[in-house]
Amino acid sequence: MTAMSTAPRAAMKIGRAESLLRVRELGIGIAIVIVFGLTTLKNPAFAHALSVQQLLTGASLIALLAVGETLVIITRNVDLSVGSVLGFSAYIVGDVFVHHPHTPPIVGFMVGIVVGAVFGAINGLITTFMRVPSLVVTLATLYIIRGLDAMVVNGKQIDPSSVPKAFQIVGNRTIFGVPWLAIIVAVVVAITGYAMRSFRASRDIYAIGSNPEAAALAGVPIGKRVFTAFLISGSLAGLAGALFLSEVATVDATGGTGYELLVVAAVVVGGVAIFGGSGTVLGAALGALLLNTINQSLGALKLSSFWDQAVAGGLLLAAIAFDRGLGLRIAKRMKSARGEHRVV
Amino acid sequence: MSFDLATAPPRLDQAGSVRPSWRVLVRWETALVFIFVGALFFGASESPHFMTRTDVFFIGLNMGEIAIMALPLTLIVMTGEIDLSVAAMLGLSSTLLGYLYQNHWPIWLAMAAVLVIGAVGGAFNGFLVTKLGLPSIAVTIGTLALFRGIAEIVLGAKSVVNFPTKFTNIGVKPIPHTELSYSAGIFIVLAVVYGVVLHATPAGRSMIAIGLQSEAAFFAGIRVKRIKFVLYTLSGVVCAFAGILWTYRLSSSRYDNGLGLELDVVAIVLFGGVSIFGGRGSIFGVVIAVLVFGSLKEALTLMNISAQAQNIVTGGLLLISVILPNVADSLRRVRARAGLRA
Repeated sequence: MTAMSTAPRAAMKIGRAESLLRVRELGIGIAIVIVFGLTTLKNPAFAHALSVQQLLTGASLIALLAVGETLVIITRNVDLSVGSVLGFSAYIVGDVFVHHPHTPPIVGFMVGIVVGAVFGAINGLITTFMRVPSLVVTLATLYIIRGLDAMVVNGKQIDPSSVPKAFQIVGNRTIFGVPWLAIIVAVVVAITGYAMRSFRASRDIYAIGSNPEAAALAGVPIGKRVFTAFLISGSLAGLAGALFLSEVATVDATGGTGYELLVVAAVVVGGVAIFGGSGTVLGAALGALLLNTINQSLGALKLSSFWDQAVAGGLLLAAIAFDRGLGLRIAKRMKSARGEHRVV
Repeated sequence: MSFDLATAPPRLDQAGSVRPSWRVLVRWETALVFIFVGALFFGASESPHFMTRTDVFFIGLNMGEIAIMALPLTLIVMTGEIDLSVAAMLGLSSTLLGYLYQNHWPIWLAMAAVLVIGAVGGAFNGFLVTKLGLPSIAVTIGTLALFRGIAEIVLGAKSVVNFPTKFTNIGVKPIPHTELSYSAGIFIVLAVVYGVVLHATPAGRSMIAIGLQSEAAFFAGIRVKRIKFVLYTLSGVVCAFAGILWTYRLSSSRYDNGLGLELDVVAIVLFGGVSIFGGRGSIFGVVIAVLVFGSLKEALTLMNISAQAQNIVTGGLLLISVILPNVADSLRRVRARAGLRA
């Protein structure tokens, strides 16, 4: 996906409508507004504050996972283990509270992040040192971590009574009407988004995804950067695990099962190219919000709640097909433009 | 393997003719046979019931559908692509079979319809991968969610039971005069067919060529896209068929039948020595991998280890099977470099 790097030159000849289309964040924003508007027309209760808060809360964890996933996918890798990491971390944090009821909430979140970071590091090490395709590595760790989870949990579960009230506030309260969860995710998106635009290391990540050979020749430390991407993805999944526990206050061995599909769908719908090199964390987070908005609107329209997966899968396919079509059009235009006088 | 000589310039180990005697020992398939024997000893030492007559039947029963789905996936991976939607297709097929049967379709007609749906689903994958040129990883993750999602829409949380006994018998009775389950018998027949196709026909050669160098294969006149399209369609049909077997074996049709089974199928194919980058591997290796998985899982089950925990072993074997060739490769490269210097 080299479309991004060559975009400025091609943009001169591209109509305004199409260049707007290529600002994916805007497109998704419009899609969210349309879905929201249409659903509200049919069922006005959809626009109530409580319902909107549910939209934000429901999308938060997937959006958080999508931020880390974005970094990994931009490097031309993929992390399928995020759902398992979330489940494992949630249980471990809960277990800490069970054994040490007076642990301050902030320590709970730290524990979650550390647990996630360990798994992220393992994924990163195997992928970079052993030079094994990350698809296979993280497919394997998806099941290995889930299996470890099952062994640790051993049929038990964390009860709401053992999760401190102070810890549950984060997942359930709002501040000025905005859920804490959404604020935390927004902060993470803002920081990561800024970093991805401005830091040299993050530009390296884009370079690796666009063209690994060229990046290597340009002196980019590929292994280090890819490792970092997995580390961040794991850490965020760990944080998401702690937030998961603070939201639902109970967890067994199945927490977060199947999340990886929703996350990958959100990221790809959010305009991150599956073959790396382009995309933004804001787009991915908005992708998660769009998926959740559609799901909740299906509920508000009294359609069955069984549509989640089919919608996620359909949107994912539509998004990659759309990107492919756009990419082909741009490539075609640049090819024909090369024949004419260049007016740059 | 005449392709090896022609297409492996980056490898510096073309000294195969110099030391042919032990080269056969380092073939992955040979290692697999030893691993299989090891697994047998392990199982026998852990439980007296291991590999008894009924145990063989249960291993065949447990592995049948997974093994059958591994065959078309082997061909797909040989061409350098992947299909992660296999288990979702099994679930969709099982769901539709139950749904149609519940709505009083004749059972044979329902089965035929399910196979057609399988072909359509597989062709949909193939269309997206070949005609639109989309990456198969993303496509099949998408259809994984889509197929499973459609199954969920069709049956919801309900399940359909009470299939005709003559069919559900395949879950309790072996093929007469043997200890093989019907699914295992079908797998053996299919494995022979797939083995012949992959290793002894022009079509099979073409698949290997595509996996080694897709562009070169294209310029050599191989219909790359058509072959891939056919393989995806075939995979859809075979997985739908596996879904029918699964439904009858459990005598139950639910949307979450075979949830997460893609790990086992992919693990078996890669553990069987098929390169994830395409072009290398054999049906024989996959068959041995099925045996290893089957006996290991049975041994663990006899040791009362939960299915969830068994996934650690499956995942671990998957990791090993992709890490080991790489380690071996870099060792070989180091040795070759040392050889050049000397």
